[in-house]
Amino acid sequence: MADHDTSEKDQRDPLIVTPEESSSTLWSRRDFCCLAGWGGIAAGLGIGGVAFGRLMFPRVLFEPLSVFKAGLPEEYPVGTVSERWKQEERVWIVHEPEGFYALLAVCTHLGCTPNWLNAEDKFKCPCHGSGFRRNGVNFEGPAPRPLERIKIALGDDGQLVIDKSVQFRFERGDWNKPGAFLKLKV
Amino acid sequence: MPDLNDLKRKIVESQLWRSMFRHDYSDTPRNRVLQIMANVWLHLHPPKIRRHAIRVRFTWCMGGITFLVFLVTVVTGVILMFYYRPVAEYAYADMKYLQHDVPFGMIMRNMHRWAAHGMVITVWLHMFRVFMTGSYKPPREFNWVVGVVLLTITLLLSFTGYLLPWDQLSIWAVTVGTNMARATPLVGSEGPFGEMVGVTSRYDARSFLLGGTLVGPPALLRFYVLHCILLPILASLLMIVHFWRIRKDGGISGPL
Repeated sequence: MADHDTSEKDQRDPLIVTPEESSSTLWSRRDFCCLAGWGGIAAGLGIGGVAFGRLMFPRVLFEPLSVFKAGLPEEYPVGTVSERWKQEERVWIVHEPEGFYALLAVCTHLGCTPNWLNAEDKFKCPCHGSGFRRNGVNFEGPAPRPLERIKIALGDDGQLVIDKSVQFRFERGDWNKPGAFLKLKV
Repeated sequence: MPDLNDLKRKIVESQLWRSMFRHDYSDTPRNRVLQIMANVWLHLHPPKIRRHAIRVRFTWCMGGITFLVFLVTVVTGVILMFYYRPVAEYAYADMKYLQHDVPFGMIMRNMHRWAAHGMVITVWLHMFRVFMTGSYKPPREFNWVVGVVLLTITLLLSFTGYLLPWDQLSIWAVTVGTNMARATPLVGSEGPFGEMVGVTSRYDARSFLLGGTLVGPPALLRFYVLHCILLPILASLLMIVHFWRIRKDGGISGPL
């Protein structure tokens, strides 16, 4: 700083402090107001961002019901994989000698609908070639895990009741849980 | 026979004319610069460019072509918006209507689609060229990053636009793409650490994109807003930064 600045500084009002000087003293009103202003802007933006995040998840969804009635057990021959509900509900109903289970027709790779190839006794996904056995276990292609089973039960009227919102995953041991397999000798 | 020169002089010396056009067309270096600098649309570009800036063998002109193709998609896109409704019930029918029942609708839709695909190709070629000529080296490294973000936005524009015809290709492409979002760490319901953080399939990155748990009407509307409003605005803002940085870093194809 030049000499004349120093002398000017002595003659200046001691209550007027530059931003550089104020950091060595207590906070001035200017410091506080500056920080409060920026803090207010940051808080406003932050709250706005969080609110936007919440806004993007609606509380009510208008999607089809996940529960449906699938007819009487007698309508499904033993030892078959039924494609009756594949188009409408994306579900296969499999009738084994011991009972029934329902598979979600959603490939566990990226979500396409596989096809049931009866002659080859396997599910095959047309998108990337994932292959699943009759029980849903993956054995070829990029699928990382078996097809999911969904809740199957017997309704009061004797019909099979399927609930797609309750899923059972083999790799978590869910297939042994109640609801994953309907023990019924027909 | 009125004197045309007289008439012309009367017009260009009128207050109406001079209020709009501040500089004349006299061909002096000073006036040339003034014309560019005084115009809000033109002054983003430099008033003069070096001769080497137009060396096509060096620049390939791919950046400029990408911008031109982007403008084509914007213009054709706005025109398509007069007839397309982003509602699942109408989307496919509106697309067919545009193609067959709207005069020039077929060419508008086709130009939009071709320009969109073309933009993806030219933007990759541009990136390739910038890399091969070393035009990402300091002081241009920030502009390279801006360019990569622009590339991402271009690909997102393609992805969101693909859903809008609402045909089989659209729905399955978006199903596959959003299922990938489900596998993201932390914010995806099927990704690593997702369950730890507490995201479910109802509230995760995938349902954020889709506005639900499946690809349905909310997803169409959301993608429409992204495709027509948010992503073009982001792309425009970043393009302004991108072009500005080229000037400030020494002009296109300037020496390193």
